[in-house]
Amino acid sequence: MSATTLATLRAGDTATIVSIHAEEALHLRLLALGFRNGKRVKLIRMASFSGPLQVRVGTTDVMLRRAEAAKIKVQII
Amino acid sequence: MKRIALLGMPNTGKSTLFNRMTGGTARVGNWPGITVELLSGRILLGGDMVEIIDLPGIYDLHGFSDDEQVVRHFLHDNVPDLALVILNTTQIERQMSLLLQLKRLDINLVVMLNMADEARKFGISVDAAKMSALLELPIFLLSAKYGTGYPEALQAVTKALRYPTPGMAEHLRSQLEQDGHIEAEMARVLKHTVQVPAQLSDRLTEKLDSVMLHPVLGLPIFFGVMYLLFQGIFIFGQPIQSGIAAAFSWLRETALGPLLGGLPQVMQGFLLDGVYNGVATVAAFVPVIVLFFLFMAIVEDSGYLSRAAFLMDALMARLGLDGRGFVMLLMGFGCNVPALMGTRVMRSRAMRLLTMLVIPLSLCSARLQVFIFFTAALFSHEAAPVVLFSLYMFSFAAAIVTALIFKNRFRNTEPFVLELPPYRFPTVRQMALRGWVEVRHFLRRATKFIVAGVVMVWLLTNLPPSAVPASADTFAGMIGGAMHPLFAPIGINEQLTIALIFGFIAKEIVIGALAVIYSLSGDALSGAIGHQLDWVQAYSFMLFTLLYTPCLATVATLQSESKQFRFTALSLGWSLGLAWLVSFAFYQGARALGY
Repeated sequence: MSATTLATLRAGDTATIVSIHAEEALHLRLLALGFRNGKRVKLIRMASFSGPLQVRVGTTDVMLRRAEAAKIKVQII
Repeated sequence: MKRIALLGMPNTGKSTLFNRMTGGTARVGNWPGITVELLSGRILLGGDMVEIIDLPGIYDLHGFSDDEQVVRHFLHDNVPDLALVILNTTQIERQMSLLLQLKRLDINLVVMLNMADEARKFGISVDAAKMSALLELPIFLLSAKYGTGYPEALQAVTKALRYPTPGMAEHLRSQLEQDGHIEAEMARVLKHTVQVPAQLSDRLTEKLDSVMLHPVLGLPIFFGVMYLLFQGIFIFGQPIQSGIAAAFSWLRETALGPLLGGLPQVMQGFLLDGVYNGVATVAAFVPVIVLFFLFMAIVEDSGYLSRAAFLMDALMARLGLDGRGFVMLLMGFGCNVPALMGTRVMRSRAMRLLTMLVIPLSLCSARLQVFIFFTAALFSHEAAPVVLFSLYMFSFAAAIVTALIFKNRFRNTEPFVLELPPYRFPTVRQMALRGWVEVRHFLRRATKFIVAGVVMVWLLTNLPPSAVPASADTFAGMIGGAMHPLFAPIGINEQLTIALIFGFIAKEIVIGALAVIYSLSGDALSGAIGHQLDWVQAYSFMLFTLLYTPCLATVATLQSESKQFRFTALSLGWSLGLAWLVSFAFYQGARALGY
């Protein structure tokens, strides 16, 4: 039950979003894509060569870079 | 006239609905951000003409990117009498936030829960009647793609139009500050009306993704699929093209020749060797173009573009671009102009400009015609598709090198967050529509540029009247001669030089110009060129054609999108310089190696 960021999850991990620390524009985009405090996220897979992550939040699959994922604090379930 | 605006998040089917309502031909695809500008159409609704406006998708009303600002300005300047809000039913649990934001603006709203077919398949159930009661809005489930639920929804639209729109978004910004309330309301409505299974039952997408996005196999599959597509286009398209060219030649000999026999020699030459040969040679490529865009429609509608963005983002990040930039390059395979406009989804101007600098290097369908012609004329049937594929690889390589050289000038920190939609398949209707739109686009270019281009080439190769046609004494001969010192080191002769000069206007003219210059068509033309050139010269010519300025329309779009003359000049200068250097290195290198 440790607090960490979305960027440090491993494929297959499920977590709950604790908080989002992004600048306004990115924050709004993340909200619109379904990233909200308390929501569940699942890390589906990571692209090779430190490419983006594929994350499932609600019924939407989203890809985002590790740098962006590091701005989302989560609690692993 | 009353006005209806289509609003919703990207990739929810607004353009699909627009096409269904207006019989229009807006481009659709399974990719967030296909539509980047306003489109309008008129229909008769309940006895009155109504204007329907298709807007780019917006994630929320605060958006910062160029395409989102288009929507904000539109709403501010032209209050619609009715806003049709289109939401993806499958993603209702997040997309409702936009609806609740719009509801605060106090405009007439009708809500369409689109892709109801897909939601049912995934096991998501929505109680539209209850949602309608809770939100006090007319809400309808429908499938814009297949048309289910559409008649009822249209009836509600007609009814809603009778009432005047209550208020207006005068204080748009201040109204939007109260997003906090939205969250609670969203949770309340969703809890009572939507049921989502714990495990989404979209097994197909998951299974396909485990192969397509495989850490090791993903990229080889991408390039393998690309190779097969272009091999398919060559194998199916080239014989059709050559058959039609032969039919045009036959038509000339049996009908047009005798018919125009009474005209003076010069007029006959102008009409037959000039206009007819030139235009017919280009027109023979129409089936190839249609075939190409049918493939393109399948790829764009399948959702694979987002997968390509996922696979290539790691590389693109090192070039100062992102996965979307790679998708724009793929869209550029069709035509560079919409790909350039597609960069409007990027917020960072630096990244947008860098992407716009690499897009013109993408091998568009007009250049494809030149390459199919030349590879068929100079290479064996087995080698030609491989040669064609190598040009696509050169196209990527040129984009990579360009981005590497310029990435420090266009430094940016744009975040990369993008939706991965489920796999879908276009309907036959959608594919037919796409094919038709591209034929129309081609014909429009043909009447605008190609006819004028081939007429100019004929005049240059036949004037002054004292000169022997196509000889060194004609204007074309003089221009070719003057340019010779520049083009001889890259193995391009005088005739090809003239074709390249006209190719600056549009690449379709290149083949038409050659038909006029050699005053041959069909197999005779490819025979003559195959006889005159060796493969090294031909490949050098193709590399130059690939890399130098695609067409005037692209230059105009670069200028109108960047609004910066210096940037347009940089793009022009760079592509010309790169084309010459690459052709020079290839030609001299191959000759030095003894080819």
